[in-house]
Amino acid sequence: MNRVVITGMGVIAPNAHGLEDFEQALRQGRSGIRHMSRLEELNFSCQVAGVPQEYEALAREYFAPDRLVAMNSGMIFTGIAGLDCWRDAGLPVADPIEGPVDWETGAVIGTGVGGVDTLGDVVFPRVKEGKVRRIGSTSVEQTMASAVSGCLGGLLALGGQVTTNSSACTTGTEAVIQAWWHLKAGRARRMMAGGAEGVSEYIWGGFDAMRVLARGFNDRPEEASRPMSASASGFVPGSGAGILMLETLESAQERGARIYAEVVGGHVNCGGQRNGGSTTAPNPEGVRRCILGALASAGLSPDDIDVVNGHLTATMADPLEVQNWASVLQRAPEDFPWINSTKSLIGHGLGAAGGMECVASVLQLSRGFVHGSANCQDLHPALEPYKSRIPHQTRETDARILAKASFGFGDVNGCVLFRKWE
Amino acid sequence: MDQQTALEKVTTIIKPYAKNLAPLEEGNLDARILEDLGVNSARLVDIILAFEDEFEISIDDETADKVRTINDAVRIVSSQA
Repeated sequence: MNRVVITGMGVIAPNAHGLEDFEQALRQGRSGIRHMSRLEELNFSCQVAGVPQEYEALAREYFAPDRLVAMNSGMIFTGIAGLDCWRDAGLPVADPIEGPVDWETGAVIGTGVGGVDTLGDVVFPRVKEGKVRRIGSTSVEQTMASAVSGCLGGLLALGGQVTTNSSACTTGTEAVIQAWWHLKAGRARRMMAGGAEGVSEYIWGGFDAMRVLARGFNDRPEEASRPMSASASGFVPGSGAGILMLETLESAQERGARIYAEVVGGHVNCGGQRNGGSTTAPNPEGVRRCILGALASAGLSPDDIDVVNGHLTATMADPLEVQNWASVLQRAPEDFPWINSTKSLIGHGLGAAGGMECVASVLQLSRGFVHGSANCQDLHPALEPYKSRIPHQTRETDARILAKASFGFGDVNGCVLFRKWE
Repeated sequence: MDQQTALEKVTTIIKPYAKNLAPLEEGNLDARILEDLGVNSARLVDIILAFEDEFEISIDDETADKVRTINDAVRIVSSQA
């Protein structure tokens, strides 16, 4: 079986675009959550969200007009993060018309909901008005489930498997694990992996109706995303994309690529929506089995984990998540890994969350820091024992193993383990 | 509508869809929209819709299928506008 390493990354998140800016945003605790006047007009209870800033202007710099006419926001985020990732990996971008196909590289780019902005703004109104002809030619490629991976495959002339996975909020992390399996088995030299989610009131409206979005912070957007806090009131909806270049170690060394980290383990499963699990809540046994499965696949023990980048969305599930980690790791609170939530700074990117947070995780490992988890100075009482292991400010570390977990509706779980490259 | 005005409007509409702008810049009326300008064939649908909006005309499918060059487009829109 091949060893698999990470040789490139790209990110466009609510608080930053590009690796250097993202690192600084994480280190400084810079929030990307803003008040959204559109959500106020629409009478949302939650009127704050995480949207990559000025992304439309950026899109005009990245993409030719003929391509941009068929790209909704999720595809734009995928394209920007994907091109950045490709260049960061030191690979040449093919000519958009005549360039050669790279038969050795594929992609698993997930999305949670997909192009619902295009459906809501273009397709539904015209169909209902009996004006199907007026839909034009670009709606299918923007609303098919695989719109994001299809877009990236065309931009970079990818010739391996190019596909989209979707498993709610586990999506981005699951994509990384699927790509890792693919490369371990020798099916390609490189796989781009991650997740993307567009900006859409149609996506967020359903969560608002469920009363799971943050309430009471519309006038203080940067304080609204409060994972692990006693005053957490729901998650802040987010958007963006994070994409990683996974590559066999052999291929990376052959071409002298810079290596950020190794993917040493991973597991995905489902709790079966039993024993406390449901469509919207995790079966604790499923979560524990997922983490243990990831450790077993890496040949690591619970004591080896130095950092946990949690799912930790700012709902009532946060204490349960930490309890599940404690149950699996069996480590005393003072000996617990560092645990933080990137969502405290960027909100919950849904299908993009795992992608953006895997980029944040690998950046932290490779550059020797653990970013402060914002807005949890008033820690949830159930988490008090772990107080010393939840950083409020960024700390320099020599952490070697980071566990990134994501959990999603449908009772699905994903956990990937990264090892610092030394 | 005079031919020059129609040509300017047609060019403006097609330009965002073209990968190769040279024939438009040279004013080559015989340039083929797909082959020479590099327009994705699916986008002809959007170009025809844009002609309808801009010139306040209706172009049936049979007529739309005959639009192959810049000249074809100018002739069709100016005959109806």
